[in-house]
Amino acid sequence: MSYHSFLLEPISCHAWNKDRTQIALCPNNHEVHIYKKDGSNWNKIHVLKEHNGQVTGIDWAPESNRIVTCGTDRNAYVWTLKGDAWKPTLVILRINRAARCVKWSPKENKFAVGSGSRLISVCYFEQDNDWWVCKHIKKPIRSTILCLDWHPNNVLLAAGSCDFKCRIFSAYIKEVEEKPAPTAWGSKMPFGEVMFESTGTSGWVHGVCFSDSGNRVAWASHDSTVAVAEGGKTAVCASLTSETLPLLCVTFITENSLVAAGHDCYPVLFVYDSNKAALSFGGKLDVPKQSAQKGMTARERFQNLDKKATADSKEAVLESVHKNSISQISILNGGKAQCAKFCTTGMDGGMAIWDIKLKTTLSAC
Amino acid sequence: MSKNTVSDRFRKVDVDEYDENKFVDEEEGGENQLGPDEAEVDSLIRQGNRMGALQAVLKNPPINTKNQNVKDRAEGLVLKVLSSFKSTDIEKGVQSLDKNGVDLLMKYIYKGFEQPSENSSTVLLQWHEKALSAGGVGCIVRVLTARKTV
Repeated sequence: MSYHSFLLEPISCHAWNKDRTQIALCPNNHEVHIYKKDGSNWNKIHVLKEHNGQVTGIDWAPESNRIVTCGTDRNAYVWTLKGDAWKPTLVILRINRAARCVKWSPKENKFAVGSGSRLISVCYFEQDNDWWVCKHIKKPIRSTILCLDWHPNNVLLAAGSCDFKCRIFSAYIKEVEEKPAPTAWGSKMPFGEVMFESTGTSGWVHGVCFSDSGNRVAWASHDSTVAVAEGGKTAVCASLTSETLPLLCVTFITENSLVAAGHDCYPVLFVYDSNKAALSFGGKLDVPKQSAQKGMTARERFQNLDKKATADSKEAVLESVHKNSISQISILNGGKAQCAKFCTTGMDGGMAIWDIKLKTTLSAC
Repeated sequence: MSKNTVSDRFRKVDVDEYDENKFVDEEEGGENQLGPDEAEVDSLIRQGNRMGALQAVLKNPPINTKNQNVKDRAEGLVLKVLSSFKSTDIEKGVQSLDKNGVDLLMKYIYKGFEQPSENSSTVLLQWHEKALSAGGVGCIVRVLTARKTV
């Protein structure tokens, strides 16, 4: 496990390139910085300046090597590498509020942008006009879309929203793809169709993730719950209330287990048992070394009692690796089926890379 | 022009009511929720069966109803049960509840904080401490984020 502190400001969002040697991140301003790994150092090699508002989402397409960014200036740009520089192409999203998140589809011929305009813009490239156009998914979304994730079939899109629901939509664009085969979530998938809508959890949905097969979707909600739904004749939902602060991001690392992180500043493992349709807590993945307890003098004890009404000697220092909320998790190696490494970035401006040893029981090192 | 600037009543208009995209919570049938059974709880307290009274008062929470009287009555009943516990028994009382029970208890505790009465805050704070160690901060987050509460 390694930790690198990039900045003092929060990292708003990040994305890795295909071979994981470069990372694009937004240092909480209008720019995107691309860092390249050089031994154990990270060097800033590019600065992408085009947005007029904070960049809220970055996604890097591994095969076509294009970066898509979206920001609070209601725009999205698709960046292509020409020679040694990244050149932007504006995408008209037709939204009148900030864009919040963006994701390339698995085949990289479309991307979806979630925004505060209460709609999702699904954008694809129109060859005739040499221009990116977008289609809107509006109903029945009633508030800001906070997070998106694509199903492996390139058509279904999971969206978590501030109207307390996680939904799966069909984002089928007939201009760029064939009709999709039936999936666990349904067989008729016209554009904008709601294939699944969650019930049971309340709270804004901060993070959403499809499993590797696409048959399961997990979401983390602001009422400190995590839930997993499995597609089928009737979708089966399992949720788990946790005793911690809300989780902000969640990802599957195998078909049955997920890692989530949030305001408690450490990643947490959850295990899903499909036979019982139950989600259970698997353990904290950040086990800090116990600092030696120094003895307290009687005077210190009395002072503590006087000031804080407690005799504990616990200091108010976070022992986890990240010193502030973790806002994004991304898989580095192994995909969502057999993840071996994942990366977390947060409000402390740092990035941590975590290794996972997959044995019969999961343990992190 | 002088006619228009005399009154400032326009400042008190609630503009959110006129927003056509205003978020409206889903209506869920709450007409039949009457809150915990007063007679049952009272008899259990009189018998000295405080644990039983605690379980009984946490049944049928008036979450979906819009009737404020039902909610107030339920809150009063819960407060009565919580005050009847001895300080040393509070922890056992909390242990006897399941996860949802602890969440519901925390909701009642915070509702009780909103309208403090003679001795209620001390009792509620003792219960809060024990409920917090059982439910963690997640329990309090759920009180804060619940759209429909007791």
